[in-house]
Amino acid sequence: MTEAILLDHVSKAYGGSTVLHPTSLAVPKGRFVALVGGSGAGKTTLLKTINGLVVPDAGTVRIDGVETADRDGPGLRRRIGYVFQEVGLFPHLTIAENIGVVPTLLGWEADAIRARVEELLDLVALPRETAVRRPAALSGGQRQRVGVARALAARPAILLMDEPFGALDPITRAALADDVRRLHDQLSLTTVMVTHDIAEAVLLADRIVVMSDGRVIADDTPKALLAGHPDPAVEALMQAPRRQAARLRELAGE
Amino acid sequence: MNSLLSLLPERLAWHVLLSAAALILGLLVALPLGVAAARHPRVRWPALALSGLVQTIPSLALLALFYPLLLLLSNLARATLGHGFSALGFLPSLLALTLYSMLPILRNTVAGLTGVDPAVVEAARGVGMTDRQRLWRVELPLALPVIMAGVRTAAVWTIGAATLSTPVGQTSLGDYIFSGLQTENWAMVLTGCVASAVLALVVDQLLGLVERGAERRDRRVWGAGAAGLAIGLVAALAPLAADLAPRPASYVIGAKNFSEQYILAELMADRLEGKGARVTRKINLGSAVAYRALAAGEIDAYVDYSGTLWSNVLNRKDNPGRAAVLDGLRAELKRRDGVVLLAPLGFENAYALAMRRDRAQALGIRTLADLSAKAPQLTMGGDLEFFSRPEWASVERAYGLRFKARRQFQPTFMYRALGSGEADVISAFSSDGRIAADDLVVLADPKGALPPYDAVLLAAPGRADDRRLHEALAGLDGAITVQAMRAANYSVDRDADKRTPAQAAKALEAGLRP
Repeated sequence: MTEAILLDHVSKAYGGSTVLHPTSLAVPKGRFVALVGGSGAGKTTLLKTINGLVVPDAGTVRIDGVETADRDGPGLRRRIGYVFQEVGLFPHLTIAENIGVVPTLLGWEADAIRARVEELLDLVALPRETAVRRPAALSGGQRQRVGVARALAARPAILLMDEPFGALDPITRAALADDVRRLHDQLSLTTVMVTHDIAEAVLLADRIVVMSDGRVIADDTPKALLAGHPDPAVEALMQAPRRQAARLRELAGE
Repeated sequence: MNSLLSLLPERLAWHVLLSAAALILGLLVALPLGVAAARHPRVRWPALALSGLVQTIPSLALLALFYPLLLLLSNLARATLGHGFSALGFLPSLLALTLYSMLPILRNTVAGLTGVDPAVVEAARGVGMTDRQRLWRVELPLALPVIMAGVRTAAVWTIGAATLSTPVGQTSLGDYIFSGLQTENWAMVLTGCVASAVLALVVDQLLGLVERGAERRDRRVWGAGAAGLAIGLVAALAPLAADLAPRPASYVIGAKNFSEQYILAELMADRLEGKGARVTRKINLGSAVAYRALAAGEIDAYVDYSGTLWSNVLNRKDNPGRAAVLDGLRAELKRRDGVVLLAPLGFENAYALAMRRDRAQALGIRTLADLSAKAPQLTMGGDLEFFSRPEWASVERAYGLRFKARRQFQPTFMYRALGSGEADVISAFSSDGRIAADDLVVLADPKGALPPYDAVLLAAPGRADDRRLHEALAGLDGAITVQAMRAANYSVDRDADKRTPAQAAKALEAGLRP
């Protein structure tokens, strides 16, 4: 089968400093992949090469088997959902207008957009009344739900997320993470998520790609990585979820 | 007061037309430039630096600089294309004010666009907006409050600076201020200031309404502001619409920026109107501007002074005597510029150095030769152009005058400075009513360093054979005595029981030497 996303030796440097060494990554359709690693590891850069927000200096990017360099960037990005680290809702637009922005760019009928917005508000568990409000009137968790709804508005097959739950409190975070995984399954999405929270990656993803200094240093299922890895950096990274799991078992056993 | 307000609709209309046109033009240029500057740092620096530089040029100077520039272009156009355009009045004012209005719009557009949250800009790219869509759908709406604040600043500046378009011959609310300052009619100055300030306030408030409406995306609020601006514009411009109707041939009478000129312009205008002609007045022209405007046919007639023309226009430094100067001017102005010297009016308005009588007697000064010995202890006061005129150079050279200090004044304040002791000697005008009223003595000029200053009527080249103009101005040849002119001037300049230049012109006409 063709891979939904295929990165072949993509690299990127800014002003002489390499942020991404030649890296390859294949994501089959329907998978949920987490990109983890410390800050400056190159995760976000790698993520952005997928929808052309970052144009790699070398290497090729294929979406559904088609090389993206052949297509225009805006057109590509309208077909790929993107959830931003800082949410990035348009403050001057209502929630409905924010969610409907990609369908609007694609020239959908107003009625179709309105129906789709209501559908999405239900999907991300937001009350329909929020449609007429502005982003500033919403809580952080609600805003990121809108961010997810906006990313899904034009029924993309691929969803990219850059630290989507970074700024949320733990309870909101867990609830939203569960909802995102549910949506991934329900809508048969191919999802790539950047996170620095390894526990989150272990709980949500089918596969974890660990990055360090612009290189992929591990790429496997959460289960395999938890079992052990020869790279000490990966081992160190996996210590936290292991300890948490052990402590939880201990508590449950009492 | 009523006579002041009767001129308001026309002056306000021109003021509004000029300011609105300059602001719209400024927006059309500065907005795209601001967008380009925000996108490309390479455009940003030169654009901001250049418009900042324009801002440092005093607005009056900026207006003044556009006149010779446009005159040059007009002459070029006339030579190459066969017709020129008016370098006086609306065009130079419009261009200078447009330049002036650009900086706040440009600066705020750049600040507004570069100030948009980078996360929002990234999101706009991420959802698949093209550069153009990102600009129109996200960046401009978010920058709009900042841009509108710039537009408001530009509007207030432009309306204020438009009062300075009077000296380049554009009717505006500045006519009140310049004429009022000249004739010490403070009610007139105040009328101009208040009208201009009220206009600026109203426009600022309406633009503020548009700004708030745009910010809250409330169509009713910004609609109300925009409608207010549109209605105000139409209402203010209504008096000009009447002028668009076909009309009889009209004459433009010019005047420089002092009382005698206003009075003589009114006198000429009255006579032409008596012959059924329509007359427009362009008053408060700079001394050099007036002659060039006449030579270019932008004004049809005005009064100048033989000595001024002799030294400033013909650049002559000699003084061959009154009759020779007049004959020389008549031939030379005709030959050089086609300008017609119609007639000397019969009086002289000479530059003359004057002192208070008591002070002159105490120091024993009667002539310029006496003055040279005492000059190092004295302060010389001149009007705004005197020290840069060749007459001053000539007097200074002929008598070896070296003063303790030199100060420049608006003519009105120059006479006051003599009274308060801020100046000991001033460059007075011999036809000024204040010489007699303030008990001043005019110092004799035994070496003839100052040329004669006979007031002469000049007509534009295109009016050389204009019968109506000739008939209307016939009989003015030698008809005004210096006493009559002094009395007329004083009736306008004095503090109490002031007359308007129009009233003084009527009185002068009634007392003409037959």
